[in-house]
Amino acid sequence: MNYFGPGHGACPGCGFPIAIRGAIEVLDGKVIAVNSTGCLEIVSSMYGRNTWGVPYIHSLFENAGAVAAGIETALRAMKRDNEAHVVVFAGDGATFDIGIGTLSGMMDRDHNVIYICYDNEAYQNTGNQQSMATPPGANTTTTPVGKLKPGKTGRKKDMVEIAVAHGVPYAASASIAYPKDFQRKVKRAAEFEGSKYIQVHAPCVTGWGIDGKLTVEVSKLAVETGLYPLVEYEYGKLVKVKKLKQRKPVEEYLKIQRRFRHLFKHEMGKEILEQLQKIADENAEKYGLDA
Amino acid sequence: MRKVVRGFYAIAEAVRLSKPNVIAAYPITPQTEIVENLAEMYANGELGDAEYVTAESEFGAASMVLGASAAGARAFTATSSQGLLLMSEVLYNAAGMRLPIVLVIANRSVSAPLSIWNDIQDSISIRDAGIIQLYVESNQEAHDMIPLAFKVAENRDVLLPFMVCVDGFKLTHAYEPVDLLDQETVDKFLPPYNPVVKLDVNNPVAMGCYAPPPYYMEFRVAMEYAMERASKVMLQEFKKWYKLTGRDWGGHVVAENCEDAEVVVVAMGSVVPLVREVISRMRQDGKRVGMLKIRTYRPFPSREIRKALKNAGKIIVIERALSIGAEPPVTADVKSALFGLNSEVYPVVTGLGGRDIPRELVERIIEDVMKGKIKPEKRYEGLNEFEEVIP
Repeated sequence: MNYFGPGHGACPGCGFPIAIRGAIEVLDGKVIAVNSTGCLEIVSSMYGRNTWGVPYIHSLFENAGAVAAGIETALRAMKRDNEAHVVVFAGDGATFDIGIGTLSGMMDRDHNVIYICYDNEAYQNTGNQQSMATPPGANTTTTPVGKLKPGKTGRKKDMVEIAVAHGVPYAASASIAYPKDFQRKVKRAAEFEGSKYIQVHAPCVTGWGIDGKLTVEVSKLAVETGLYPLVEYEYGKLVKVKKLKQRKPVEEYLKIQRRFRHLFKHEMGKEILEQLQKIADENAEKYGLDA
Repeated sequence: MRKVVRGFYAIAEAVRLSKPNVIAAYPITPQTEIVENLAEMYANGELGDAEYVTAESEFGAASMVLGASAAGARAFTATSSQGLLLMSEVLYNAAGMRLPIVLVIANRSVSAPLSIWNDIQDSISIRDAGIIQLYVESNQEAHDMIPLAFKVAENRDVLLPFMVCVDGFKLTHAYEPVDLLDQETVDKFLPPYNPVVKLDVNNPVAMGCYAPPPYYMEFRVAMEYAMERASKVMLQEFKKWYKLTGRDWGGHVVAENCEDAEVVVVAMGSVVPLVREVISRMRQDGKRVGMLKIRTYRPFPSREIRKALKNAGKIIVIERALSIGAEPPVTADVKSALFGLNSEVYPVVTGLGGRDIPRELVERIIEDVMKGKIKPEKRYEGLNEFEEVIP
C-alpha cells in the first residue's frame, strides 16, 4: 500500500515528501490527512490524480487546525475515535501566518490531533514570498534584495514555543535530514492524548536556490549550525535536544543557498550574518546544543 | 406541547431534537442565546452523544462543522452579521464540497456603522454561495424548519448546506406560543444521517481536490443542478411536514389574496405578519390588495412567483437589504421572474439596522401605489432627512 505517491508532482529534491511518507508509514497508515492549501496540496490532490492512499481532505489555506478539530470531534461523537489518527500537514505560511488562529483554537481546546508543519520558510507554492517562518536575510519576492534592503528583516517566529505556551502535551522540531528522528517523534506524539505539534524543516529547492541533490545536506547544515535546533517538549518540559559535537559557523549553511548569496556582498550583509550567527549562538545557549 | 418560549429557545430545542453529532459555534449578538441554550443542554447531558465545541471565531466554527460533516457527522452552527461574513469563505467551500451542514442565521445588519439590530443584509450577501436559504416569519416556523433543513440538505439529490434565516431580536428574542415538537415526531420525519462519502480509513477518499480548467466548471454547474433538485425535494418535504404536524407552511412562496389583487406586497421574514394584517384590513375596506410571502430565497422560486403575480399590475417589494450600486436584491430577482409581463415593480427599502417598519408606512405605500402617486422606482422609506458629510 502506498500512502503517499507515486505520482505526486513535487520537484526533484523537494523536502516534504520525506516527511509526509515517513509520518504516515510510522502510523501504519491509520491516518486521516488534513491538508491546508499549498505546495503539498497542489502536487498531490489534483482531481483525478489523487496520490493519497489514506483518507484526505483539503478545505482552505487557513483552516486546517479547525477542520482537523471538527473531524476529531465528529469521530469522538460517533465513537469512531479509535479508527485513525487525525494528522494535519500544513506549510509554514498556513501555520505561522494565516492559519495561526485556527491552530491556536485547536491547541487551546486540546483536540486529539497531530499537527505537522512542513517548514520550507516561505510561501513556496506561489513562488517564494516571505512568511513569518522566513529567516532574516532571505531573499524572497516580497522581501527582495535592493539597494536599501538586505532581504527579509526581522526574526523567524518561534512556533514551537507558541505551541508549548498553549500547554499541549507534545511539541517538537525535526528535520527531513534526520528521518528516523522525525518518525520517532511522530510515533511519540501519537502516544499522547491531545494536541501535538511537530515542525519539520523541509527545504524548497526552487525557493532556496539549491541543487535538488543537496536537499538533505542543506537541511542537515541548518541543524549543525544551530539555526534549526531539534528539540522536544513533553507537557511543557524540554525533554530532548539533538546535541552538536562541533557546531558549524552559519556561513556554511548560508553560502550554498541562492536566497542568502547576497549577504556576502551586500552593504548590510555583514550585519545580517552577525544576526544569524547570534540566533544560532542563542539557540545553543537556550537548548544546550553544544555537546 | 404548546409553550410560550423565546425564539432562541425554540430554535435550540429543534436543533436538539434533530440529533446533531457536532455543534460548533462562536457567540455573536443576537445569535448568542441560541448556542447558549445548546451549551446548557450539552452541560446537562441533554444532547445525547453530540459534542458541543466553542470555537475561536466564526471562521473556526464553520471550519469545524465542515470537518465534522466530512467525517460523516450531522453538524450545526449558527451566527449573525459579521460572524456570517467571517464564515463566508468556509461556507462557499462547504457548499462546493457538497457538505449538508445546517446553519441558523439570526439576521442582523452589517458594519459599518456597527449595529446589532435587524435587517437581512448579512444572509442576502452570501446568496450566491450555493447554500439553500429559507426565511421564516415566526418562531414556530423557525422551530419547524430546522428538522426539515437537515432532511433536505442531507438528501442525496441535494447535498448542499441549508440556512434558516430568522430575524434577529424581532424573532429570536420574542416570546411566542410555540407548539414544540417531540422526539418521536422528529424521529419519524428525520432519519439518522447516512453520508454518501465520508472520511474513513477503511475506504479512503480524497475530498477537496483542486480542479484545473478541464474539470472545474462541471463541479460548479452540478451545484446549480442540485439547487434545482432541492426545489422539488423541499416541496415534497413541506408536504410531508404538513401531514405529520398539521402545520401547513405552504410552498416556496405563499400567495395570500393575490388572485384578484391590483397591488401585491412581496415580503420576507418577520415583516410578513405585519403586511398580512395591513392587507386583511384593507381587504375589509374592499381594496384589492394581496401579499406574497417569499419563504425560499435560494433556490429562487421564479416560476411560483411569476404564477402568483401574473395578474397583479403593481408589485411592492419590501426590501430589508441593499445591493449598493444596483437594484435591491429581492427586487432584482422578482423582476427577473416577471420578465416580459406588464407589471410595475416598486422597490421599497426600509427597516435597515433595526429601524421600525410601522403599519402606517406599509398602508401609506400601498395607498400611494394604488393612487398612482409614486413611480415604480427604488425609494427609501422611514429615512430621516440627512446631510452627507464629505470631508
